[in-house]
Amino acid sequence: MNTTTVSAAPVLHAGQTIRRADRRLGVFMLAPALLYITLLVALPFLLALFLSLTNSSAGSLEFSFVGLQNFKNVVASPVFRRALRNTFVFTFVSQAAVMVLGNVLARALMRPFFGKTLARFVILMPWAAPISLATLGWLWIFDSTFSVINWLLKVVGWLGPGQWYYWLGDTTLGMVAIITIHVWRMLPFSTVILLAGLTSIPNEVREASAIDGAGTLARIFQIEIPMMRPILTVAVLFGVVFTFTDMSVVYLLTRGGPYNSTHVLASLAFQDGVLGGDVGRGAAVAIFLVPVLVVLAIVMLRSSRRAEVV
Amino acid sequence: MAARSVARRAAGTVVHRATIVFFLAFAVFPFYWMVVTSFKQNADLYVGATNVAHNPFIFNLPPTLDHLRILFGQTLYLTWLRNTLVVGLLVVSITLLLAVPAGYSLARLTGRWGERLSIGIFLTYLVPSTLLFIPFSRLVSLLGLQNSLWSLVIIYPTFTVPFCTWLLMGFFKGLPKEIEESAMVDGCSRAGAIWRIVLPLAVPGLLTVVIFALTLVIQEFVYSLTFISSVQRMTVSVGVPVALVRGDVYYWGSLMAACLVTSVPIAIVYSFFLDRFIAGFTVGAIK
Repeated sequence: MNTTTVSAAPVLHAGQTIRRADRRLGVFMLAPALLYITLLVALPFLLALFLSLTNSSAGSLEFSFVGLQNFKNVVASPVFRRALRNTFVFTFVSQAAVMVLGNVLARALMRPFFGKTLARFVILMPWAAPISLATLGWLWIFDSTFSVINWLLKVVGWLGPGQWYYWLGDTTLGMVAIITIHVWRMLPFSTVILLAGLTSIPNEVREASAIDGAGTLARIFQIEIPMMRPILTVAVLFGVVFTFTDMSVVYLLTRGGPYNSTHVLASLAFQDGVLGGDVGRGAAVAIFLVPVLVVLAIVMLRSSRRAEVV
Repeated sequence: MAARSVARRAAGTVVHRATIVFFLAFAVFPFYWMVVTSFKQNADLYVGATNVAHNPFIFNLPPTLDHLRILFGQTLYLTWLRNTLVVGLLVVSITLLLAVPAGYSLARLTGRWGERLSIGIFLTYLVPSTLLFIPFSRLVSLLGLQNSLWSLVIIYPTFTVPFCTWLLMGFFKGLPKEIEESAMVDGCSRAGAIWRIVLPLAVPGLLTVVIFALTLVIQEFVYSLTFISSVQRMTVSVGVPVALVRGDVYYWGSLMAACLVTSVPIAIVYSFFLDRFIAGFTVGAIK
């Protein structure tokens, strides 16, 4: 302790110049990452906006401006409106389910039990597995001829003779399947975040509420959930971002079918812009993701600032 | 009275166990199904679900390794794995080169504006691939990189760099400042102190970044699907669902084996680092 103060004294004198040198070093170290992000995130983002105003197509590099024509065409299309609605329905329903189930599961995982480490690992697997491969697993589970779910439903008598569910050939069942996969995949993510929030509540709070005569429900809804609000926000925001912008599940499970009834914005943008080659139109469809993302980013910024103040 | 409370506690335990079992079953079922499918003989596998007498959950015929043999011997699965690893290693290197200095700079050298900037960098992680694949497909064809793994090497860091910079910033902030300062007092330059003192201490953080970047590359689907068209150059997450289908016939046994063999190791590695990733997502929300 003594030695550092002694030897620190002469350095203190040069403090200002070191700090200026530090600042220069700081900019120098930050520049490559910033340059990369500007070139490969910010510019492509602007390019997406630009392309949505052109009639650019995949085969050629020539294009001309068409103003808002792409957006007009897109909004007039029933397939697009359906996709827009689906995107919101899938996101809202799956995230609502994930929040309820995630809270239940996180609470269950709080209690000690035999095999907890293994249970935690197994519960995490859906989030860690590559989404395209996991969806492939579900594709087989929902197969039209060999669906194990149908077999179970037959065995318990839900499906009578001659009755059958064509999971991916029916709009409603297809939507149920897509939502199921989103819930299955996002549940581990939210649960782990909620668990972190639950464990950060000091035990004294629980004890104090018990002494004050609060029952379990009162404790959960009036103390724990309000205390966990910042963390609940984080879980919901990331869950929404990941579900809202995903195209892998829909693309691999239903390809947007039957009759384009289960498309989401992202999968429709892929179908129009990449498979269909109509780059301008695809870009216009994808742009509709932006307003929601902006709102989410603002909420995230505000909640992070509030957390800093506290 | 005592008996009642014992009964209540027992009921609580039963409910608790039942909840855990329910969630475990939900989480594990698709993986269980992959296992069963991977090792079943076709005659056992392709029995219509209308046949109530045939229980698909168990092996009605002895298990077989045929599907694994097909996967490793007669498909390009190993090529896809190699492609993925090559891309993964390059992306990890680029990520480290960009994110380590940036993370340190934001943690120590930039002060207040750095804090603002770091949130901005983090937010770029939220710009989804489904928004950028269209402009990128133009850029990739301008650069003549269609159907080349280099397109992925260039583009994948767009989602690894922002998040890893953020993770590392948090990590560097957690190291005590005094360590570098005392090294600098002892005559080390700032750069020397970072290289000799800070980086060795930051190995757990660096490892987290390596794993995070690598798993993201293995999981990524959208860009790879958009830019890579020839089967020999696909990564595993696209090759398996797109190219393992021969004609219009699914080879479910080999397909599920591929999903299983790829997913489980990733899940195991990922779970070791999970707490750190979550800490990255929740910075600010937990004190």
